[in-house]
Amino acid sequence: MTRSRLLPLAGFALTAVALFAVAPAVLSDFRLSLLARYLCFAIVAVGIALAWGRGGMLTLGQGLFFGLGGYAMAMHLKLADAGPDGLPDFMLLYGTGGELPWWWEPFRSPVFALAAVLVLPMTLAALIGFLVFRRRVRGAYFAILSQALAAAFALLLIGQQATTGGTNGLTNFQGFFGFALADPLNKRMVYFVIAAALLAVLLITRQLFHSRYGELLVAVRDSEERVRFLGYDPALVKLAAYTVSAGMAGLAGALFVPAVGIISPALIGIVPSIQFVIGAAIGGRASLAGAALGAIAVAWAQTTLSEEFPAAWTYFQAGLFIAVIAFLPGGLASLRHHLTRRRTRATRPRPPTGTPAAEGAPA
Amino acid sequence: MPIARGYRLASCVLALATAAALSGCGARTGEENGDGPAAATIDTSGDTIKVGLLNSLSGTMAISEVTVRDALMLAIEEINADGGVLGKRIEPIGEDGASDWPTFAEKAGKLIQQDQVAAVFGCWTSASRKAVLPVFEQHGSLLFYPVQYEGLEQSPNIFYTGATTNQQIVPALDYLREQGVSSLYLVGSDYVFPRTANRIISAYAQAHGIEIVGEDYAPLGSTEFATIANKVEAAGADAVFNTLNGDSNVSFFKEYDAAGLTADTMPVLSVSIAEEEVKGIGTQYLTGQLTSWNYYQTTDSPANEDFVAAYQAAYGADKPTSDPMEAAYTSVYLWKEMVEQAGSFEVADVRAAADGITFDAPEGTVTVHGETQHLYKTNRIGRIEADGTISEIWTSGEPIEPDPYLTGYDWAEGLS
Repeated sequence: MTRSRLLPLAGFALTAVALFAVAPAVLSDFRLSLLARYLCFAIVAVGIALAWGRGGMLTLGQGLFFGLGGYAMAMHLKLADAGPDGLPDFMLLYGTGGELPWWWEPFRSPVFALAAVLVLPMTLAALIGFLVFRRRVRGAYFAILSQALAAAFALLLIGQQATTGGTNGLTNFQGFFGFALADPLNKRMVYFVIAAALLAVLLITRQLFHSRYGELLVAVRDSEERVRFLGYDPALVKLAAYTVSAGMAGLAGALFVPAVGIISPALIGIVPSIQFVIGAAIGGRASLAGAALGAIAVAWAQTTLSEEFPAAWTYFQAGLFIAVIAFLPGGLASLRHHLTRRRTRATRPRPPTGTPAAEGAPA
Repeated sequence: MPIARGYRLASCVLALATAAALSGCGARTGEENGDGPAAATIDTSGDTIKVGLLNSLSGTMAISEVTVRDALMLAIEEINADGGVLGKRIEPIGEDGASDWPTFAEKAGKLIQQDQVAAVFGCWTSASRKAVLPVFEQHGSLLFYPVQYEGLEQSPNIFYTGATTNQQIVPALDYLREQGVSSLYLVGSDYVFPRTANRIISAYAQAHGIEIVGEDYAPLGSTEFATIANKVEAAGADAVFNTLNGDSNVSFFKEYDAAGLTADTMPVLSVSIAEEEVKGIGTQYLTGQLTSWNYYQTTDSPANEDFVAAYQAAYGADKPTSDPMEAAYTSVYLWKEMVEQAGSFEVADVRAAADGITFDAPEGTVTVHGETQHLYKTNRIGRIEADGTISEIWTSGEPIEPDPYLTGYDWAEGLS
């Protein structure tokens, strides 16, 4: 087994140990619950690494899929709290006339809700992707379109207060599939589920990266026309990556709900969608570890810095983003390549693997 | 080792880890934890007692919430100068909610779990309160919420020191009806408070023969009001009931003015515009318009003279005081009185001692209604003057008993 294959496995094992053994041992309940939240962002970032880093699709609207997954889960938890035939508390207050809207009804079933967490965002992504990629919409146009969809979804939710909770979103969950969320032990369980989900998502994505499909995806990113001339359909290749990344965002949204206890339009509009991308960009969009760690680091920095310097965080984040885009387009993960390349340039020039070939090209 | 085997190994690790995680599960829903409802751990060691201040210091709500933070700090400094609470100095720990509801929930958790504060003061928007409510209930901690809100809530872990609907909106409607208003146009921001307020207003209107000639919502932060102003003008209502929040008011009143509407022809009664906002919107657009609150800077009481003087001495002579600031200032004193009555910082003791606690607040004497954990408050209708102050033109006289679910009003049946 070569070094390049051993290294990621060792990294995977190390991550597993860190997430399952070290973090629960050294972090307080409160900090562990924060970490659970960061790991959800990391799952979204892994999806972005796939769609943007490898596929070249700047997905500025992952909030849409994050929200679909989150709301699907939240609706089920609300109905489970209300009991059979019960109405969620906010509906009693803000009025649907004592009737559960028909589109809420199927979410009573845990199986349906769990399936919807993945199926809803993936179906929508497939639909959007089908329409968009067929028409060869790319680059900034795709980015703007995806962002507009996230904004529209947030507005839609806000407008339907009686059935979606409006700006308040859905909050105040008592149980998670029968387990009381107030119990710190169960909170810990939620953390473990999220950590396992992240590991699984990392594993699947790495497999995808190194499959023939992964090669094709990079080829489409770097030269769509050439791939078309070779006889492949680039639209289908991109569609698959986009759909999978939407599924990951949906999963992250669903796990976010029991971990943080709220899903609201504020979590799925333009600003959070951009924040998802910033984490991945800073860490390194084309690298799995880079994107995931970047997302965790940015979220962690936000918590810590906002505790120390409340108003300064936004400026700091923007500055960091600009700096990375201007000086290190491959993110922090490409730092290693830059350094090794500089060191070995004289003897053995080697193109960095995995980082976008045309870094200045439109994303 | 072939690569496939490596992944199989990794998958096994993953499966094992998940199984291990799931085996260590805690209580099921509905089960008792064994030690009854959760009670927050409060750090009472040392000669200070920590309290949390949770306001947005950044984001769209910062302009309003910073003034609340200032008022809270003023009360804490005064109490500390006067010997503290139960012999302990108050040590405030400030957190920034950043106008973002999940951040509010996160910071509330930090204050309760990490800092082990005795109580938290803050929140402004209903959405932020709804986001932190489960955190306070799960950890058995206390929140003092200082802003008027849409009612329909009564958490055992929250004291509501601002007005509920029957202390602000209902008296405002009574006033308008007294003035002979028989048709209303409703304008609001698109979120919980305006939508709920307008449901209440519609129910009231229906029962009292007032016609609602139009109802419009603008997204929070929207500044496009030409259409709405024209619709209002065309509808020709007797008055406008305004539940817009924040910056939107600036553009709304400018367009209102541009459409040729004035306070004389069609007065606007606002429930989210206080002294601070008047300064921001500009008095030339607002003179003569109406507001409904429990306190104005001009409210005539000895306690208010001291409050305004102390506030302006601390933060600048040109700084106005407003209703939410006054409610925030009052909330710290009420907590102090409750703690001293209880002789303990424990949440259960404080709650048990709360009923009937009074305080000579700048708005007049307020009393805690133990059952709902709201306050008895006097309603005041105000008229915005050219110098930016608001003068009282009508009052409910007596402090009104809080009724967050409007159970005492026949017309409100079916609202909650």
